[in-house]
Amino acid sequence: MTRKIHPAVVSAQPFQVANLRPTDRLFEDEEGRDRLEKAISRYPDKRAALLPMLAYAQERNGWVSPESMQQVAEALDLTPAYVNSVATFYTMYNKHPTGRHMIQVCTCVACHLCGGEEVFEAFLEATGTVPGAMSEDGKYVVMEAECLGACGFATAVQVNDRYFENVTPETVGEVLARLEQDGGE
Amino acid sequence: MGYPYSHDLEVGTILSRHFGDESARRLNVWQEYGGYAALAKAVGMDATQITGIVKDSGLRGRGGAGFPTGLKWSFMPQEPTGPHYLCCNADESEPGAFKDREILRWVPHLLIEGCLIAARAIRAEHVYIYVRGEYFPYTRILNDAVVEAYEAGFIGPDILGSGWDCELTVHIGAGAYIAGEETGLMSSLVGGRAEPRVKPPFPAQSGVFGRPTTVNNVETLAAVPMILSEGSAWYRQWGTERSPGTKLWCCSGHLERPGTYELPLGIPLRDIIYDVCGGIRNGKKLKAVIPGGSSTALLTASELDCASTYEGMQEAGSSLGTASPIVMDEDTNIVRAIRRTAEFYAHESCGQCVQCREGTAWVAKILHRIEMGDGRLADIDTLYDLCEQLTGRTICVLADSVVFPLRSSLDKFRADYEALIGGRA
Repeated sequence: MTRKIHPAVVSAQPFQVANLRPTDRLFEDEEGRDRLEKAISRYPDKRAALLPMLAYAQERNGWVSPESMQQVAEALDLTPAYVNSVATFYTMYNKHPTGRHMIQVCTCVACHLCGGEEVFEAFLEATGTVPGAMSEDGKYVVMEAECLGACGFATAVQVNDRYFENVTPETVGEVLARLEQDGGE
Repeated sequence: MGYPYSHDLEVGTILSRHFGDESARRLNVWQEYGGYAALAKAVGMDATQITGIVKDSGLRGRGGAGFPTGLKWSFMPQEPTGPHYLCCNADESEPGAFKDREILRWVPHLLIEGCLIAARAIRAEHVYIYVRGEYFPYTRILNDAVVEAYEAGFIGPDILGSGWDCELTVHIGAGAYIAGEETGLMSSLVGGRAEPRVKPPFPAQSGVFGRPTTVNNVETLAAVPMILSEGSAWYRQWGTERSPGTKLWCCSGHLERPGTYELPLGIPLRDIIYDVCGGIRNGKKLKAVIPGGSSTALLTASELDCASTYEGMQEAGSSLGTASPIVMDEDTNIVRAIRRTAEFYAHESCGQCVQCREGTAWVAKILHRIEMGDGRLADIDTLYDLCEQLTGRTICVLADSVVFPLRSSLDKFRADYEALIGGRA
């Protein structure tokens, strides 16, 4: 099913989401072709659609696989090596499958001052994980993040495409309960 | 007014009047608030007239460098030989800064209107708003506003029946701080690694897609509609001769009332911290503040009587930057806080320049060693030496950014370093 997306915002769709729509062939269904055509139409050079299409691959599959990079390369007339060199520059493109809830705790300077590390530890403990590794049930991965741009609301935590603010070790349980309840949406 | 707190010293007229009001995101409400009246005025003016008003207003770039906006626009070719582009830099990611986020999420139409007026001033046919990847919730809000504005005929062909065409595209980044540097942003937008490049050529000569381009910060562009509506003299009623207008201050750290406030430029920094933000939380004393975002030199409790202007902060030995003070109380471990800052820059170095790639990582490692009690007195000399190596030797200023907080912390809190080192030679 194709969601109607205005071409002006096709290059700005949230791409770290809990509900995936996996596909082996990114641009062979109606939605994929629509995204590709609309993105290309916004730039005088179709190479500029590269980041939007890497993001689209992750939005569908949860990560940017070598196969996805190959398909993006073909769709945009780029070499796979070039696409790989760009994809690996950006930290938000996952190079491996990740947990359903990707929990990123800001421990940069402002959140650090207000207890970011304690919040990070509390998430690790509550999910029974070690930094960056998926929990056994595939539900969670917890990692430290550099500044999330919510410094006045420390500690800031990003879970997929959502922000949680003013998180303390005491409210970590509430955040996890909300994730369970909402199923990640 | 400010969010989540407000204060009597604020002027909320230009940017923040509708912060906290979710209904202002909708076009019909925004128009009731007077939205897009400035655009209607702008389509009846030519590029030179618009640029002239913004020049006279003295508006300076709010992304950190403070370059006069009207002057920047005037560098664009006056007689286009092909497409021009405007890039709105919404890749806000300087530690301490979260002001652009508040504009994106509360007043997206104000930003869109500012983008369009700026596009007309520089004769751009397409605006790209480059938003940092992490800002998913705020990108969604912006996206909805852009679609509404398209459907109402504020963006696209024949804007407001004027015969003028301008497109606008929202483009999402993917977690690279360096994409906020203007040439890095351009490299990223066209589908590359966000690697800065040497200037010249300047963006106004050759920018995205090899065409004349202007890159402006979100807060800069959001100030434009009111300046155009009310005029430059009106805007200059706030601030100083060299720093006119109002500025969003996003305040974080150990404060009673952290958050964003719109203040006239020139209020003493001390009043922002102690009056506007209610002082240090839990009745503690202030130890230091990094006043303009993490890339600025820190100031101590005795250095806060400076005017919060571009020139005032410079006289105090620091910089206004993005006006994002990170406040530290008396219990703060300065070495640890600076180590966190250094780690950020080490993580975000694009790796092109040796000094930056190696130097930022070594600064972080040495600070970590000192923090863990394994430091030597010679490490302090090494850090000073690294400050030399990291200054003015690289393509962009990311390397310089780590030096300002580091060197100032060594100068002003050397005793803290020595206490952790404990006399080991």
